[in-house]
Amino acid sequence: MNADKELDARGLNCPLPILRAKKALAEIGSGQVLKILSTDPGSVKDFQAFAKQTGNELMSSTEAGGEYTFFMKKK
Amino acid sequence: MDDQKKLTIIATKGTLDWAYPPFILASTAAALGYEATIFFTFYGLQCLRKDLSCLKVSPLGNPGMPMKMPFGPKWFQDISWNIPNIIQAGIPWYEDVATALMKKTIANNGVASIAELRELCQEAEVKFLACQMTVELFGFEHSDFIDGIEYVGAATYFEYGGEADISLFI
Repeated sequence: MNADKELDARGLNCPLPILRAKKALAEIGSGQVLKILSTDPGSVKDFQAFAKQTGNELMSSTEAGGEYTFFMKKK
Repeated sequence: MDDQKKLTIIATKGTLDWAYPPFILASTAAALGYEATIFFTFYGLQCLRKDLSCLKVSPLGNPGMPMKMPFGPKWFQDISWNIPNIIQAGIPWYEDVATALMKKTIANNGVASIAELRELCQEAEVKFLACQMTVELFGFEHSDFIDGIEYVGAATYFEYGGEADISLFI
C-alpha cells in the first residue's frame, strides 16, 4: 500500500503514537494516506478508536514480529 | 451551535505519577476532537509550575507501587524491592532517589515526560484553569506558573463542567 507520509512511532508509549498521528494527519490533505509504525500493543485498539471517533479511515492494521503497521486515510 | 464534545478534568494531585492522568487524557481528548479543559486545584497546582522538579513520587505508604530497578541485567530488574515503610521513612532523600529511578523507568518505556505532555496539551489548545483560592492558600505567585493560565474560582469551573460530556476528578 502506498502512503503519502510515514510516521515512525516505534518505542513510544501511550498516548504519544496517537498524538503524533494526529499531528501528522494535520500535515497531509484530505484523502491522503498516513502510514504509522508502532511497537505499542495498546495502539491496535487505540487506532481503531481514534478512527471511529475522528472519521479518518483505518484502511489496514497489521502486526509482524512485535511491530504494528497502520494505514490511515485522512477524512 | 456546537456539537463538539467537551471534556473537563479537575486535577488535584501534585506528585509525578498523578500528574500523568490529567495531561494524558486531556491531550488524547484534544486529538480526538474534544474541547478539553483542566481545572487545577490544591496540589494539582504543582503540575502548572514553571519548574516541574517539584513533582516527585513517593513509594512510602504506597503498597500499589512496584519497586523495581530501571537498570542492570534482567534478573536484577525483575527483583521487587519490598522495603518496609519504617525503613523507607528513615532514609534521607528517599523520595529524590525514588523519583530519579521513576524518571529513568519512564524514559526506558518510551513514556513522555510531564513537560512534554503539558506542552502537547497547550499546542492542542487544552484550556488550563487554576484555582485562585488555592494559589493564595499555598502562597504561590502567578509568576511561579507557566503562561496561558486563567485564574478562576469554582463558579468558572462549572461554566465548563456544566457543558461537558465527560467530567473527571483526578
